[in-house]
Amino acid sequence: MLTTELTIRVRVIAIIAEQAVLDISEVRPEMSLEELGIDSLGLVESIFAIEEAFDISVPFNANEPDKNEFDISSVAAIIGAVEGLVARSK
Amino acid sequence: MRRVAITGAGTINALGHDVASTWEAMREGRCGIGPLDFRDVERLSIRIGGQVRGWEAEAQFNRQEIALYDRFTQFTMLAARQAVTQSGLDFRGKLGLDCGVVLGTAGGGVNTWDENYRTVYEEGKNRVHPFVVPKLMNNAAASHVSMEWSLRGPSFTVATACASSNHAMGLAFQMVRSGVARAMITGGSEAMLCFGGIKAWEGLRVMSKDACRPFSANRNGMVQGEGAGIFVFEDWDHAAARGADILAEVAGFSMTSDAADIVMPSQAGAERAISGALRDARLQPSDVGYVNAHGTGTAANDKTECAAVAHAFGHHADRLMISSTKSMHGHLIGGTGAVELLACIMALREGVIAPTIGYQEPDPECALDVVPNVAREAKVTAVLSNAFAFGGLNAVIALKRA
Repeated sequence: MLTTELTIRVRVIAIIAEQAVLDISEVRPEMSLEELGIDSLGLVESIFAIEEAFDISVPFNANEPDKNEFDISSVAAIIGAVEGLVARSK
Repeated sequence: MRRVAITGAGTINALGHDVASTWEAMREGRCGIGPLDFRDVERLSIRIGGQVRGWEAEAQFNRQEIALYDRFTQFTMLAARQAVTQSGLDFRGKLGLDCGVVLGTAGGGVNTWDENYRTVYEEGKNRVHPFVVPKLMNNAAASHVSMEWSLRGPSFTVATACASSNHAMGLAFQMVRSGVARAMITGGSEAMLCFGGIKAWEGLRVMSKDACRPFSANRNGMVQGEGAGIFVFEDWDHAAARGADILAEVAGFSMTSDAADIVMPSQAGAERAISGALRDARLQPSDVGYVNAHGTGTAANDKTECAAVAHAFGHHADRLMISSTKSMHGHLIGGTGAVELLACIMALREGVIAPTIGYQEPDPECALDVVPNVAREAKVTAVLSNAFAFGGLNAVIALKRA
């Protein structure tokens, strides 16, 4: 496992945990934002935190959450999407 | 209770620099939205808007005025000049003691904030122009209107985000109806199309990058506009006695609060405002032929608004026309209800219903007659104009044919 991948995973989970007001250990990869209690405002705030943390630009329009290339269906999906964006930004 | 007449109207927006050209564009279903043109636009991810084109402040105002007028005040003054001229009223004598100005704006002098922050933060200067404060304050436009036309009664500015000008016009209506004022200059203006103004909106991720398509299944967000709409609301008997041309009657107004969420709209709050305006105007749902929708083109607003309209109007909702002219002039935020009131007056007076342009795919959650893409001729005698703001503040105005 590459260190960068581990770091991305840990940092994304930390961002989501903070938004959900949960402990990092309570955030599991298969969880959806709904299960985590993160609403639309919480989502755009998380995306902002992710952009700031990784110095990337996340393509996301709240009007069409299902059509976005940035997959937010689960914690694991978000981690995967961030990994992709970080890899492309290098 | 007195009746309230509209005896003057003025505007500048992406569709035109006066009422006649704006109506013509609405009739033709013309789109005023295009590429934004201002400093640093290349640093934005949202680069379209309903920008006022061909605007030359120097042709309208002298040097001293320009030094004090932010763009939102410039738009207000131009539109107010048209409205006051059309009304034929002269407020310089005793009449002006009983007349005032209530205007809506959400951001006030946003361009002035933006330019001067640049000066001190980006350019590192330690001095700004002495008129920054009187230029950017939200009441600057209302105050300049009062000064220009000697309006010495109640004057103030309302800031309720996207409902600002509907709240302003509603209050002006109540003041004339109750006899507090003989006539009121009212409406609203916004000039947020600058780097900082759009950058702030980008963050919410509700803006469209390509078009404003209200009620269409493939809608993907709002598009900002700029400009002003200004009206003269006058005591009906006063207007009739002097033989004024009455454009329409302001018949009712209602405001409600969702008390729920800072950005998400509520069907119940919107519905209560719609029903309240009908009651206040003593209208039955079946009396109403047209509703100018808030219709922002966001996923959340349009479906919530359609549900509220459907519920408030019951069976009559299927016979009602409802359109969003934001598809043409963009969302003027605090000035939007004022420009949209023009579509209501056009419906009553000209018998033309402005279309919702950019409509491509029916959405089962917006299953009303949204007057897709092409204007329609229809005789209507009563109309509503909806405005539902961030923060859950709703304001609906009812007009009747004069």
